[in-house]
Amino acid sequence: MIRLVLVGTSHHHAPVELRERVALEREAARELAAQLAEGGREVVCLSTCNRTELYIAADDAETAERDAVAALAALEPEVEPALYRLQDRAAVLHLFRVAAGLDSLVPGEGEILGQVRVAHELGTTGVFLDRVFRQALHAGRKVRAQTAIGESPASVSSAAAALAEQVFGSLDGCSILLLGAGKMSEQASRNLRSRGASIALVANSKTPREEIETALATVDVVIASTNAPGLVLDAEAVARASQGRRGRQLLLVDLAVPRDLDPAIRGLDGCYLYDIDDLEQIVAETLSGRRREAERAESLVAAEAEKFHEWHASLDVVPAIASLRAKAEEIRMAELRKADSLLGRLDDSQRKAVESVTSQIVNKLLHLPTVRMKQAAAAADGVTYAEAVRHLFGLGEDER
Amino acid sequence: MAELLFWPALFFYGEAAVGYLGEARSPGRAGRFATWGVRLGWLAQTALLAAQAARGDGFPWGTWASSLDLFVWLVVSAYLIWGCKARYRLLGLVVMPLAVALLVTARAGGGTGVGAASQYSTLFLVLHVGLVLAAFAGFTLAAGLSGLYVWQERRLKSSPVTILRRQIPPLATLDSLALRTVAWSVPLLTLGIAVGLARLVSRDDGMDALVVATVVTWVVWCSYLGLRLLGGWGGRRAAYLALVGFILVVVVRVAIPGSHFG
Repeated sequence: MIRLVLVGTSHHHAPVELRERVALEREAARELAAQLAEGGREVVCLSTCNRTELYIAADDAETAERDAVAALAALEPEVEPALYRLQDRAAVLHLFRVAAGLDSLVPGEGEILGQVRVAHELGTTGVFLDRVFRQALHAGRKVRAQTAIGESPASVSSAAAALAEQVFGSLDGCSILLLGAGKMSEQASRNLRSRGASIALVANSKTPREEIETALATVDVVIASTNAPGLVLDAEAVARASQGRRGRQLLLVDLAVPRDLDPAIRGLDGCYLYDIDDLEQIVAETLSGRRREAERAESLVAAEAEKFHEWHASLDVVPAIASLRAKAEEIRMAELRKADSLLGRLDDSQRKAVESVTSQIVNKLLHLPTVRMKQAAAAADGVTYAEAVRHLFGLGEDER
Repeated sequence: MAELLFWPALFFYGEAAVGYLGEARSPGRAGRFATWGVRLGWLAQTALLAAQAARGDGFPWGTWASSLDLFVWLVVSAYLIWGCKARYRLLGLVVMPLAVALLVTARAGGGTGVGAASQYSTLFLVLHVGLVLAAFAGFTLAAGLSGLYVWQERRLKSSPVTILRRQIPPLATLDSLALRTVAWSVPLLTLGIAVGLARLVSRDDGMDALVVATVVTWVVWCSYLGLRLLGGWGGRRAAYLALVGFILVVVVRVAIPGSHFG
């Protein structure tokens, strides 16, 4: 019986300074998987910034686990106390949770699904691990489709983009004025641009004041993130620019500390101002919403894991079912051959009818035992039933 | 017998109004129930109107109370176009309680029974009453959109942490939908009033309070359209003007007694 072994570490168990020492690039992950797969095992190495995990499918779980621990300890000996070891059902459920983003730092983050897919592609897989990873990816996609776990923003930059959508709807054709070009404003503008917005002007301390105010009259979103010690844009300037806007809304996002945008802008008609505190509070709230959705996602993942176990358990009885059907077919054909002298008098259509009837009899007789054996396999009695069927029908005795 | 259809219509509209209240507190299942309430209530009311039309002699919604019945149906029909979308569900919080209140008022005035024969021709009633009511239904919806705009705008201004939790249409969408709805409704009202005035002149009748109030309403909504299209109005100011226009619609439909077709 093939077993699944998981050995790894993640942000739950190891700090970043330890995780970074066992993090592997794609090629290194592929090589490690190939190296551990020697001897007919199936291996996948999943390595992201938050986790490094080895999934091994093998007949000998203990040896596989030992080898996986040794492989990770070879990368960094200090990681050994931070390693978790899971087998079979627990390992499958863990992978499914990982793929659904339920084990991520930000619950429901979508990047992990792609990382699991890549790990699967780079791994040395056979029937078993291939099935585990395909079903894990299916579970991940299902969770994202059927719950709202990935819908709400999980970062300040995505919250700014979501707010822009609350104001403007589609961001196609929206233009952005960037005040300062810090890392946060770059992330926010990238997020907005990915949704269809475009940058109208990137202003810095050398940009003429008139140019900024002209842009202010036409843009839809202002993102400020300068290092200026005081206000960069006061309410009067925005009010002046608003006169030419003909009632169009203006979203202003202030990511700077100290603030770049005058808080009095909030009081202007058609202007919506958010500072870094507002955005961080919104993100905290949406994350709590993700956690609520995570409860629904957990039950979806558990159901998918159960489906996999049913498939895995059915592997116990598949050879017995195949032997039984082969034996029945062999008997049917032998009996038809015996009756060949009688059947020879029949024409083609009559002969086909006899073939069909005998085939249907065999199928109908074997249908219920096949279903019952699969059910027994799901209930962990599969091996007993398979042995009983082998004994009752003398399956495999001819070979002996 | 057909009058019995009033009760399922009222029940489902009431259920929808309560459902939208639940949706406002906790988005999700309550909103879906409410949407089904609107659909089923609309079907029941459609059947009621069909029964009225079948039994009535000509256009059976000529009286004040029965035209209120038709008005409710037009408002709910217009809402159904958008109300099925999750983002517009909260508009039902404005529309459905109003529909319930007006339907009950119509019932109290005997407007949900068999329509009485009118001295006016069916063609005139369809053109005049039908067009005016359709325009008012559009204004009601535009006011609902504007109300939602004002509410959402206040939320965005006060930047509550739950701002992204509710599915509400974007401000720009609410603004443009209100404008488009009014742009469709004003010509309907113009035509409806023109037909009425032509009849008034041909019969040499005098103006009554309802005619004056309707013309004032028309002026306000024309101003809305003009200020938005030519004066550059938009956003909150336009939304408030739409709400003022809606108050006039309420005055014309409900507050002024219906001796107009007496």
